[in-house]
Amino acid sequence: MELRQAKTGKLMIEILPNKCDFCGCCVGVCPEDAIELKEAEIFIIDERCTNCSKCIWSCPIEVIVLNKNGLIKK
Amino acid sequence: MKKQYDIIVVGAGPAGSMAARYAAEKGVSVLMLEKDRDVGYPVRCGEAISKAGVEEFIPIDEKWIAATISRFGFVAPNGNEVFINFGDAGFVLERRLFDYALAQSAAEAGVEILTRAYVYGLIIEDDIVKGVKYEYRGEQHEVYAKVVIAADGVESRVGRWAGLKTHIDFRDMEAAVQVTAANIPIDQNTLYFYFGKDVAPNGYFWVFPKGNNKANIGLGVSGITGKKRSALSYLNDFMEKHYPNAPILTSIAGGVPCSITLDKISAPGIMLVGDAARQVNPLSGGGIASGMIGGSIAGTIAGDAIKNNNLTHILTYDKAWGDRLGKRHEIFNRIKNGIYNFSDEKFNLIAQSFLKVPEEKRGLGNLFVTALMNQPSLLVDVAKVFLVK
Ligand SMILES: Cc1cc2nc3c(=O)[nH]c(=O)nc-3n(C[C@H](O)[C@H](O)[C@H](O)COP(=O)(O)OP(=O)(O)OC[C@H]3O[C@@H](n4cnc5c(N)ncnc54)[C@H](O)[C@@H]3O)c2cc1C
Ligand code: SF4
Ligand code: SF4
Repeated sequence: MELRQAKTGKLMIEILPNKCDFCGCCVGVCPEDAIELKEAEIFIIDERCTNCSKCIWSCPIEVIVLNKNGLIKK
Repeated sequence: MKKQYDIIVVGAGPAGSMAARYAAEKGVSVLMLEKDRDVGYPVRCGEAISKAGVEEFIPIDEKWIAATISRFGFVAPNGNEVFINFGDAGFVLERRLFDYALAQSAAEAGVEILTRAYVYGLIIEDDIVKGVKYEYRGEQHEVYAKVVIAADGVESRVGRWAGLKTHIDFRDMEAAVQVTAANIPIDQNTLYFYFGKDVAPNGYFWVFPKGNNKANIGLGVSGITGKKRSALSYLNDFMEKHYPNAPILTSIAGGVPCSITLDKISAPGIMLVGDAARQVNPLSGGGIASGMIGGSIAGTIAGDAIKNNNLTHILTYDKAWGDRLGKRHEIFNRIKNGIYNFSDEKFNLIAQSFLKVPEEKRGLGNLFVTALMNQPSLLVDVAKVFLVK
């Protein structure tokens, strides 16, 4: 099993699969340019994310969450 | 497709299309890249625009007009409605077709357009932007240009790759949701704005007619509110209360960057336009017209810079934008911070005082005056709006 890790050693930010509308709010507020958004594909660039949570607060439809376990399976 | 263009525009929204068109009209070669498969779709927008905002750029065509607006309706937290008549103030657009028409006007001016082309990086040599890297149907390509114009919307990543600070404070990002619903029995010539902390804290909730009793219904909330409650939950409450059985034709999320323009919107080899430059009117959240204005200024300057073989000319864009709208937006932003912090009681009072003004005498001017009587400290900022030319 492969695990993803953020800059901080832990990745706690998770974008719920198949729920994103690809609107770009989270990308616009991310201070680390840590979110990649294509036409209908989105993911967090783990090495850049600092878990600051700003993307969570700016998601209009609540599809980004903190994963308290800290590590997310790929 | 060539390997080298004079100008590459990233993003085919209203700002990108106008930047591309105004540049091409100067006789230079322009390529516009868009990541989505269709220009103009998906539509993440309330679609309201003033008549003057359209007419500056494209002749009116009924094809992309969903409703004609002659009246504003403000709904206070206690439900009191205040209406202001405007004559022929503006439109609710069919943006899917409008954006398409703008891109077509760019194409007619000679712009090459490629959709499904996702720009993922910049070519930078000696600290100067020299082109873009993009993905098209699974393959990676590079294309060179003398100037790159970033019109990539709310995400605004292209500017960051050039070293500009483009990310927006989460407090200024209005995270928005909207549905387009049928069977909404409102006046088809009125834009409705609802105020109140239960409906739309620190902003407004909109119901804009789209013809045949369809309407765009939505709101945006700042990241501060978003910490506690999402835009979606406010929208669900509103629909439940007002239109529980309305069929929903589309539903979308979107972001409106409601701030002043970025400190720097040009650097060697690159210019930023539209939402990417944060050129939205921060008071109204409207960014179609201001994006087209920003785009047209940037396109003209970039075209001139290339024709005169003087690339540093593009750095005059910041001032040109500031003089046309940027400085005005700074004042709108302060008014926004004043008004959107009004308590519900204050909104109710303003509506009540304003209802005493006879309908034929109402205007945005005396609405402001009424609002100001309730918050005199805003007067200074309003006075400045009229001083800035
Ligand atoms: C819910 C909502 C309601 C709104 N209501 C109104 C309103 O009623 N009136 C009004 O005037 N304004 C409104 N706005 C604001 C308005 O929609 C925007 O200001 C306007 O669309 C900005 O135009 P633009 O050209 O800068 O960006 P966009 O129209 O967002 O265009 C940017 C384009 O760039 C493309 N792109 C992004 N990244 C890349 C990349 N890496 N490679 C290639 N292409 C890329 C995108 O796919 C997109 O097509 C609203 C916004 C929202 C979210
Ligand atoms: S948590 Fe912060 S750094 Fe990580 S993706 Fe979200 S906004 Fe970016
Ligand atoms: S803000 Fe939410 S809906 Fe919008 S792109 Fe980010 S995760 Fe998706």
